[in-house]
Amino acid sequence: MSHRIIIGLEVHVQLLTKTKLFCGCSTQFGLPPNSATCPVCCGMPGTLPVMNRQAFRLSIEAAVALNCTIAPFTKWDRKNYFYPDLPKNYQISQYDLPFSSNGSLEIETSAGSRTIGIIRAHLEEDAGKMLHDENAGRNDSLVDLNRTGTPLLEIVSQPEMETAEEAKAYLEAIRLLLREIGVSDCEMQEGSLRCDANVNLHVAQPDGSFVATPIIEVKNLNTIRGVERALNYEVDRQAAELERNLESGYWQIDTSRPGKFRDYNIVPIAERRADGTLRPVSKATAGWDERIGRTEVQRRKEEASDYRYFPEPDLVPVTVDETLLAQIRQELGELPAAQNARLQSQYGLTAYDAGVLSRQGRAFVAYFEIVANRCGDAKEACNWIINDLLSTLNERKLDIKLCPLPAESLGDLIREIKAIGLNKQRAREVYADMIDTGESVKQVIDRKGFKPVTDDNQLLELVRKAIAANSKAVADFKKGKTKAADAIKGFVMRETKGMANTETVQRLLLEELAKV
Amino acid sequence: MSLSADEVRRVADLARLELSDAEIALMATQLSAIVDYINQLQSINTDGVEPLAHASDVHDIFREDVPVVSLPPAEALANAPARKGDFYRVPPVFGE
Ligand SMILES: [Zn+2]
Repeated sequence: MSHRIIIGLEVHVQLLTKTKLFCGCSTQFGLPPNSATCPVCCGMPGTLPVMNRQAFRLSIEAAVALNCTIAPFTKWDRKNYFYPDLPKNYQISQYDLPFSSNGSLEIETSAGSRTIGIIRAHLEEDAGKMLHDENAGRNDSLVDLNRTGTPLLEIVSQPEMETAEEAKAYLEAIRLLLREIGVSDCEMQEGSLRCDANVNLHVAQPDGSFVATPIIEVKNLNTIRGVERALNYEVDRQAAELERNLESGYWQIDTSRPGKFRDYNIVPIAERRADGTLRPVSKATAGWDERIGRTEVQRRKEEASDYRYFPEPDLVPVTVDETLLAQIRQELGELPAAQNARLQSQYGLTAYDAGVLSRQGRAFVAYFEIVANRCGDAKEACNWIINDLLSTLNERKLDIKLCPLPAESLGDLIREIKAIGLNKQRAREVYADMIDTGESVKQVIDRKGFKPVTDDNQLLELVRKAIAANSKAVADFKKGKTKAADAIKGFVMRETKGMANTETVQRLLLEELAKV
Repeated sequence: MSLSADEVRRVADLARLELSDAEIALMATQLSAIVDYINQLQSINTDGVEPLAHASDVHDIFREDVPVVSLPPAEALANAPARKGDFYRVPPVFGE
């Protein structure tokens, strides 16, 4: 049975503020337990939250960068639930009037680029951290409230991703974008980027309709690779579960509740209870166990969550005017998608090359532009940067800002290579030497004695010598094996230590061979 | 009574409260009185009145992103029913 995979992602990113959303406690990662709390974030009676100006500002910046519509008027709501990591017994979040909605993000996969819709982004507070304490057979939980009240931006995508690879690309695009504009460091190990994935399958039926498997919300996804693995696992699991349960008769296709998804018809699943009646199978949550590489489906929710949202009376609404938005748009500068497009149009780079450069971030693109303009050959500049510079940086685990070779020097090297016809092997030698010594390309070439042989007469002598010394290759060439000329050319290149202009040698060689 | 015993049971469940049948009955009476009292507001004609997001007319109140000194852990944990080191200790929680 062929199926379509439907994936929607909810991403939480921690904003780069010094203090929490509603109080002045520090948001620094790794502080001793319960050392960054106060009566406000501990939810003591009689305290009042006050909105962090920088947190709101960063949220707007992120939403603008995600092409969202920004609401001129926004408010906060209480989401009520009881859990030990939530001392107030409610989370201050946004319900019906989020500050932004209706955005989009461009993603890049092996299949090309696609735009994924964003339903909304809203600003809320984080909960505390729970640790399980299995000492003394008590199985208690320990709570650290340092993270309580940390500003989070929740970004909800449309259910528009169709492969695990697209989900991975979406997360990478969000991470790049938010890091570039300085909204979040998106460090997944520190929990500043977390992801829940909603996934189900639409399985094609002989009559042209699709059966929708129950939606599973996979939680606890802490790495981008984990998201990809969890989704791949979950897709296979749901396909097998559907087949197994339809075959056994435990599940039935529920034609009494047909629905529509985009432009096609879907029908849900119903399960057979012990008394023989059918009831809809509701959405369930699943945990992802990174260690064993499996999702573990937790109990299905009997009814929709009831958070009894109501307007937060302790916080006043916030308004956003066009002046602020114009200012933010100007300050954001060029975003990755626009940069990618410009690299293609301005420098004639392929979509692949432009993608590789823009994924490395703004500073990297700026480096490329200096090299390209300095040497006058954008394609060659891009090749050197992607093939050589990137591996140098990766080997030495260096950021582009700490690059051991200034962009101007790489530009000079590429220009010089062309000017004197240096072959790739020699050029790489010079490149490595420039990094080690910090000398200019001219200094290195002088020192190494890489002087090009440009004298036609001298080259002609060498070509004749080569023909005399390679009678077998010459005979082969005469029999029509044009490849044999390479062996003779190789002789000349060795004689000149690779410093002869290959085009001149080729021309002279063919002329001389014609005379033999 | 505006609240049934089942509704009270549901609200108690959401609030993680375990109530006896007698308590449920008592709560249903008491909570119904509160709900009925508030429900009087429903009789007001609000045609043409714009929805209100907040009782106050004030907007845009912010604080600057400047750190302040937090409570020392000993003080923060002073009222904790149980603790282990500088963590709050709570009974195990299963599911949600
Ligand atoms: Zn605090």
